[in-house]
Amino acid sequence: MSYQERRSLVNLISDIMITGAYTVYRFQHYPETDPYSPEIFQFWGSFFLLLIAVSIVAKIIIYIIFSIINTIATREEIPSITDERDKLIGLKAMRNTLYTFMIGFVLGMASLAFDQPPTVMFIILFGAGFLSSLMTDVSEFYYYRRGV
Amino acid sequence: MDKIIIHNNIRKLRFEHNEMTQQELADKAGVTRQTIVAIEKGNYSPSLELAFRIALVFDVPLEEVFYVEKPS
Repeated sequence: MSYQERRSLVNLISDIMITGAYTVYRFQHYPETDPYSPEIFQFWGSFFLLLIAVSIVAKIIIYIIFSIINTIATREEIPSITDERDKLIGLKAMRNTLYTFMIGFVLGMASLAFDQPPTVMFIILFGAGFLSSLMTDVSEFYYYRRGV
Repeated sequence: MDKIIIHNNIRKLRFEHNEMTQQELADKAGVTRQTIVAIEKGNYSPSLELAFRIALVFDVPLEEVFYVEKPS
């Protein structure tokens, strides 16, 4: 398994763990109030903003630990360049990511159009963001494994 | 239109050039070793520029490195 494949797998697992742990933690403090109250919007606003911050910090730490363990275990140098194949795989993975999020965004707007509470829309947007993030990692792993 | 299959002689050329390693070829062509591995296995068709760079490393014409299998 190449370095890029291992990195994609680590990203996939860390995405699931970070988002899962954060979601479980935050939903313990979900405001039990009217679904249209400002508290709900405030909850979701802080939910998304903090998730971005937590993800960035956690991913940096996980990447550093992964790099150290990978270097010790394989004695292989981490590629210092991003070549044309890496860029092509990155673009294809990004395309799949955007398609996934686009579907979620449309579903989220449809939920509002069909008179669902804003919470449903936020949950769909969050789910789409999470799935699109997984799609990036799965796509990269697939293209590195099977070729482009 | 039938898809053409691009084959290559990189492994043979590396052997003929003083058993050049994949890492050495990658460094000279300016790509990662994984990309050379993928090209050798036929999992990746390089850009025209990279194909020429690999040919220049071996100092041979492009068609000696890459060739096309005609669709039957």
